[in-house]
Amino acid sequence: MTAVFTRRPGLRGIRAGGSPLHLVCLGLVALIVTAALLAPWLVPHDPNAVDLGGALAGPSPDHPLGVDAAGRDTLSRLLLGARTSLLGPLGVVVFSTLAGVAVGTAAAWRGGWLDSVLSRSTELVFAFPGLLLAILIIAVYGEGLLAPVVALAVAYLPYVSRLTRSLVLAERARPYVSAYQVQGHSGLQICLRHVLPNIAPVVLAQATVNFGYALMDLAGLSFLGLGVPALTPDWGRMVFDGQTAIQHGYPLSAVLPCVLIVAFNVVGERWADRVARRTP
Amino acid sequence: MTFVRFAVRRAAEMAVTLLAASFVVFGAMYLAPGSPASFLLTGRSASPEALAAINSQYHLDDPFAVRYFAWLGNVLQGDFGRSITYRTDVSRLLADRLPTTLLLITMALFVVVLVGLLLGRVAAVRGGRTDSAVLLATTFAVGTPAFVAAVLLQGLFAVRLGWFPSGGAGDGLVDMVWHLTLPAVALALYLIGMLARVTRSAMLDALGSEHVTVARSRGVPERQVIRRHVFRNSLGTVLTTGGLVVSTLLVCTILVETAFSVGGIGQLLELSTSTKDFPTVQAISLIVVALFMAVNLVVDLLLPLVDPRLTLGSRGSAG
Amino acid sequence: MSTTPPTDSEKYALQVQGLRITLPGTARNVLDGVDLTVAAGETVALVGESGSGKTLTSRSALGLLPPGALTEGRVDVVGEDVLDISAERLRALRTGTVAMIFQDPRAAINPLRRIGDFLVEGVTLTGSVNQADATARAGELLQDVGVDPSVLRKYPSQVSGGMLQRVMIAAALMGDPSLLLADEPTTALDVTTQAEVVALLIRLQQCFATGLLFVTHDLDLAATISDRVYVMYAGRIAESGPADELFARPRHPYTAALLASTPRPDAPAGRLAAIDGRPPDLRTTLTGCAFAARCPLATEVCEQRQPDLRPAPDRPGHRAACHHTEQLTRSSADA
Repeated sequence: MTAVFTRRPGLRGIRAGGSPLHLVCLGLVALIVTAALLAPWLVPHDPNAVDLGGALAGPSPDHPLGVDAAGRDTLSRLLLGARTSLLGPLGVVVFSTLAGVAVGTAAAWRGGWLDSVLSRSTELVFAFPGLLLAILIIAVYGEGLLAPVVALAVAYLPYVSRLTRSLVLAERARPYVSAYQVQGHSGLQICLRHVLPNIAPVVLAQATVNFGYALMDLAGLSFLGLGVPALTPDWGRMVFDGQTAIQHGYPLSAVLPCVLIVAFNVVGERWADRVARRTP
Repeated sequence: MTFVRFAVRRAAEMAVTLLAASFVVFGAMYLAPGSPASFLLTGRSASPEALAAINSQYHLDDPFAVRYFAWLGNVLQGDFGRSITYRTDVSRLLADRLPTTLLLITMALFVVVLVGLLLGRVAAVRGGRTDSAVLLATTFAVGTPAFVAAVLLQGLFAVRLGWFPSGGAGDGLVDMVWHLTLPAVALALYLIGMLARVTRSAMLDALGSEHVTVARSRGVPERQVIRRHVFRNSLGTVLTTGGLVVSTLLVCTILVETAFSVGGIGQLLELSTSTKDFPTVQAISLIVVALFMAVNLVVDLLLPLVDPRLTLGSRGSAG
Repeated sequence: MSTTPPTDSEKYALQVQGLRITLPGTARNVLDGVDLTVAAGETVALVGESGSGKTLTSRSALGLLPPGALTEGRVDVVGEDVLDISAERLRALRTGTVAMIFQDPRAAINPLRRIGDFLVEGVTLTGSVNQADATARAGELLQDVGVDPSVLRKYPSQVSGGMLQRVMIAAALMGDPSLLLADEPTTALDVTTQAEVVALLIRLQQCFATGLLFVTHDLDLAATISDRVYVMYAGRIAESGPADELFARPRHPYTAALLASTPRPDAPAGRLAAIDGRPPDLRTTLTGCAFAARCPLATEVCEQRQPDLRPAPDRPGHRAACHHTEQLTRSSADA
């Protein structure tokens, strides 16, 4: 029984080994997460306050990171945008991990028809790339934050459930499980108190990897104008809005969110890599 | 003979999954809140007669199963229905835009395979500083989503330096290639990083294997050792990423085409999603899923040719 | 440069002189002053536990050293020092003069290429022989080793391990070598095929009159096939001499212990003596005799001074590196 957790190939084995790049990214990520938590007290301007007179301006004492094409303060949008941009992937990861673990455990523990039905539907979901499934669901239910998050959660669910299934199958074959069964513990009890804590590290590693992909996919959706509503500050949206600013030679409002997205991915990959190496 | 049977079985499995996928694609639209007719009217109030006319034109009164099989039958004949937004046949829309997207994806794929394999190979063979440099570059590449790459490339090479056009698809092959160069690079960047890493680690695995030492001990020139024993043996691993590469290209082309206003299938999907043009969304979704599965099928069939161990028991008929 | 006059060195297929090899991360030499010769047409066995340096010694004859290895001494193959020649010459040597039969043919032959490719690649890729001639020769050699030439078109996964080792032997003969190195060529095989492969190897070695260095941990096998035997322990030669003499009257306690620990049908039951302890770790330094810690005869001098390899008084070809070798000959004579 091989329980390999799924990552897009090639992201395995990043060994930056405390390289300057990784440290810079880590610092940036820590800074941004703190700032996102404290954003309401930190932001200098209303993220949607329009200052048309100062539109497309470079950095100034009033606007340290400049102003976008619509005259909105880049720093404020960046900090408040961090909340939407990070909460979305978090939602995807929480949904997909909880549901995936439940589905995977049920399939492994009960076996039989339940297992085959779940495996078949897993294969079906695999045929839909995450972003496509999200677009399909947005086409039906309309834009907003919830629809894409649910869609991506569904798209990522099979990765978690397949992993959980193989882990639980391996765990179930170990002698302590039958020992508990002989003592009259119910299957649910054994799963919750013994099996799940044992498989948790590997599942969490998968969840971490999924966070990075969800961040990219959700930012992509926002970039298409299909994610968050138009006025909500969000990094993907900022990149989209910033295209005009770039064309006028003021790239900050578009480039900065790009840098942050890349930094998050670099750190996420590294962290997942460590967890992956610690778990067999 | 076993190879043929294997191929037939995999194709049949693919057909079943594709059928299920078509059911999902069609069913999703059926489940949409509110009646489809009200989407067609986009908020305008309509007389009951007009509503009835629309319902009958789009067969909205029929039961679900009837409509699904009617739709499926049409799809199999290449008829994806009529676009609600463009008021033309979806197949016409697709036929106009598909060549652009296919050219874009082909160009990107070419760049990915060429640069990805080369970088991975150089990193594995040279090691040391070259390896570190490639690892650093690919770390950035795999951390950069396609739309980010698109916007940055556009800002630098189209706006700032003016070397390439900043959008559109151009006319005629040469002009199209010219217009699609930046989009193709943006599309390729992530996958170059991925493929370089896959190639590198597969080649390092092969480099460590005993038969490479043996080949060297028999006086095979180093260049040939790398080509015949290391690179050749890493190809199987590289090929298994084929399905993922193509599905990533298909999905990311939506982002890149939008960023560069290329006007291919990807941008059409984005536009028709925001205008709730269901038939178009259905058609493109189905095509993407089908292409993805077809590539996976081809990879499965090619693998035994690349790795003869996989035909063990088939008496080498695949060779 | 190394145009040595056709004297002493020419008659040896392999002549290792004072070979020392240092690897990064070890406290002492992995090989520590190894002297070893294989005359043309002679069969020499190199015996030792795993980690004793026997594989490294045999591989050094191909100039095949682990990365970071530092060497001292000479390894002459037909009069040419492989540690001190150009990459060009070394490659030429590897395609012709020396060939190695590796332990595990499954690992040693690229599973993704046809067997025919494997057989001919050494000689064709360097341009010395054309493809057609090489293939014809490969077919003949396959018949010599008792394999049907149709396997030329097959992949390694399609033939058995024993057959693959025969292919390996044929491949080693492709360049008409003067020196064959066999690194435990039967360990990875079934017991039934082991004997066949050894018999084949010996027959071909006699037929082609090549020198053969046979690396093994199997004492009985070494006794059966070889003219002379070298026993290695912790990177040094412990004892060397004609096979029958060395096994009949070992002059080094390690050889004696090895012989005592080998199960044999004619020995009294229940008297299988394992050697206590383990070989010295490579991360520790050695001052005296490497075997001292495990030796029943060890005294103070063994801890302090490394014994030289000295010939027996009556038999100059039988040499042992032991301070108490006389004691051993006396006690085994008593027994």
